[in-house]
Amino acid sequence: MSYIAAIDQGTTSSRCIVFDQSGGIVSVAQREHRQIFPKPGLVEHDATEIWTNVRAVVRDALAKASLTHADIAAFGITNQRETTVVWDRQTGEPVHNAIVWQDTRTDAVIKQLGDPDRFRERSGLPLATYFSGPKLRWLLDNVEGLRARAERGEVLFGTMDTWLIWNLTGRHVTDVTNASRTMLMNLETLDWDPELVSAMDVPLAMLPEIRSSSEVYGTYEGVPVASALGDQQAALFGQTCFAPGEGKCTYGTGAFLLLNTGDRPVRSQNGLLTTVGYQIGDEPAAYALEGAVAVTGALVQWFRDKVGLISSAAEIETLARTVDDNGGAYFVPAFSGLFAPHWRSDARGVIAGLTGYISRGHLARAVLEASAWQTKEVVDAMNADSGVDLTTLRVDGGMTANNLLMQFLSDVLDVPVVRPIVAETTCLGAAYAAGLAVGYWPSIEALKANWHKAAEWEPSMEPAARDKGYRKWKKAVERTVGWMDEDDD
Amino acid sequence: MPGPIQSIQRAAEVLKLLAHGGAHQLSVGEISRALDLAKPTVHGILRTLQEVGFVEQEVEGGKYRLGAALFQIGTSYLDGNELRAKALNWSDTLAMRAREAVRIGVMHGKHVLVVHHVFRPDNSRQALDTGALLPWHATALGKVLVAFGEWPDGELQRFTRHTLGADELSGQLDFVRDRDWAYDLHELVEGEASIAAPIRDKRGVVVGAVGISGPVERLCESPDQPPRLELVSYVREAARSVSRELGGLSW
Ligand SMILES: Nc1ncnc2c1ncn2[C@@H]1O[C@H](COP(=O)(O)OP(=O)(O)OP(=O)(O)O)[C@@H](O)[C@H]1O
Ligand SMILES: [Mg+2]
Repeated sequence: MSYIAAIDQGTTSSRCIVFDQSGGIVSVAQREHRQIFPKPGLVEHDATEIWTNVRAVVRDALAKASLTHADIAAFGITNQRETTVVWDRQTGEPVHNAIVWQDTRTDAVIKQLGDPDRFRERSGLPLATYFSGPKLRWLLDNVEGLRARAERGEVLFGTMDTWLIWNLTGRHVTDVTNASRTMLMNLETLDWDPELVSAMDVPLAMLPEIRSSSEVYGTYEGVPVASALGDQQAALFGQTCFAPGEGKCTYGTGAFLLLNTGDRPVRSQNGLLTTVGYQIGDEPAAYALEGAVAVTGALVQWFRDKVGLISSAAEIETLARTVDDNGGAYFVPAFSGLFAPHWRSDARGVIAGLTGYISRGHLARAVLEASAWQTKEVVDAMNADSGVDLTTLRVDGGMTANNLLMQFLSDVLDVPVVRPIVAETTCLGAAYAAGLAVGYWPSIEALKANWHKAAEWEPSMEPAARDKGYRKWKKAVERTVGWMDEDDD
Repeated sequence: MPGPIQSIQRAAEVLKLLAHGGAHQLSVGEISRALDLAKPTVHGILRTLQEVGFVEQEVEGGKYRLGAALFQIGTSYLDGNELRAKALNWSDTLAMRAREAVRIGVMHGKHVLVVHHVFRPDNSRQALDTGALLPWHATALGKVLVAFGEWPDGELQRFTRHTLGADELSGQLDFVRDRDWAYDLHELVEGEASIAAPIRDKRGVVVGAVGISGPVERLCESPDQPPRLELVSYVREAARSVSRELGGLSW
């Protein structure tokens, strides 16, 4: 029997999950890496540490199931998106810490570039600190001598997929989904767009070759490395959302609602992103509309690590259940500004509605409810853009272990919320794409047969309560914007 | 502030020693040698610990092991929500392999509290029953939890003509402790069966049970036979995987 090993290089940790042919989990290994916060608003990772961790989790996952590389039919890769690293082609040394997607240091670069919708037609994205292109530009402007070295072809740029594939196989490539998050790729041609590249002022020589999401890029220890997908696209794939109109929302560090729009990119009128969903080998790419929320699970983690009222993420549910409601408190976690549908980099977090009545239990509720209200905002945008209302929400990711949150989510969206039988859809999607590339699975239809409902939450909230809660949430959101001033850094 | 209290420190040393011993029980002499304490001192400590239920003796005058009351205290530290989060991957995989619904239970007073429920993977309409209470004596989950915990007082309600009474049950619990898994056959609902195995934390303490349930014709070879061994092995494998996740077993 052979297996597929998926490597998920995430924001907080790297993991390797080994799957069997039915999509069942055979083993899991995971390692966290350091979150480096040099200043408020800045977030970095050490790319070398991440590469070390990735090798370790692959080793551990195989060892736990008593497997060797010979038992693995292919490796699949999925990764935190937009996080940017530049390294020396000769030594493999990064020239700077990786700049993480949540990092807001490119605020000034973004302002300089002017009209936020300037690149939307070509790239599908609004100008925001979130994407890789501006981060690369910042590195070129701020790391001494980097631009000259880049022009001489001495350094390479990549998102985490590229960094891993380069280390695993020696090839300098990225996949269409990751490339679609750089703001440098043209959505129609699926290639670097000369106008975008020159507007961002980055040397073409340092950019990787753009390939499909499911093909053999090379080998590691004799095993084909056969897929790369941004983590949210991988989750879409893992949920087998292969038909236009199918979508999912993944709850990890942030929350990301993606809707498959088929072989045609759809431009959003409501603050959503247009992105590539996946591309299998030579087939046409599938596009997606995306509602990206920066902070959901990260707020729970912040509550655990920085506030210390709980000692594990799951305990927030226990604490939240000590009270019946939020007591009137609303928590808008605009830690990196607001992402979809607002795109306000000048926003910062608030807790609104504080009174002497508010206890830690109410705060725990407000923390969890924030994930649901933020989802409602992007679902409303998605409904407006697509002209049809969502009828069920498919969910996945670590936060789906939280029953209180899942019930509340169903309540505020007023639709059933459904979790599939593998909550680790990010890894599963990367495994599926790799398995398809090497013939481990025959077709996407075969994958669909693996999808099963594992849990379902039905809405049960009074409409009046929902409307009031949403009204208060929106008022709380209004209070976050415009917080940052010129002299803040 | 007063300094540390010596007798409490010593009692803690004794408990740690017994915990390390695991299933291996220790005599007064062995403990006094290991801790370099006089026998009468050790004896006094053990008698006090025995009174509060923190240590037990198999027979009067015999060797000592950790007591049930200690485990009750320890157990309450594992949050049910935490258990669900840790068990998520493995309960899903169990449901896929067994093609049956999966539940994870912990003791809650006299009942089994369902802390996690995975639907039977056939996409049929099913309702989530996380938070529900089940009778311990008529479910595999409950038998596991009681076999490795404390027998709750209270009446044992008869649900079917197969529901066991106290005597038969206590015999079955020996079997559960022996085999490390439990089942029920028509005992809660006529025509239904369940299989469960213990989840252990890093101290080796049983903190929950994971199991499957479904119609007897799918779970057993025939209506009056114990469950199919293939299904039992899936359940036990899932229990071991969750235990590993909790640090309860090495890989
Ligand atoms: N039971 C829970 N209740 C609430 N939040 C939870 C729970 N379990 C996990 N989380 C949150 O979910 C996140 C972890 O989920 P998951 O493992 O899917 O994310 P991740 O894939 O590690 O994220 P990333 O890929 O961005 O690193 C953490 O931010 C954690 O705070
Ligand atoms: Mg992730």
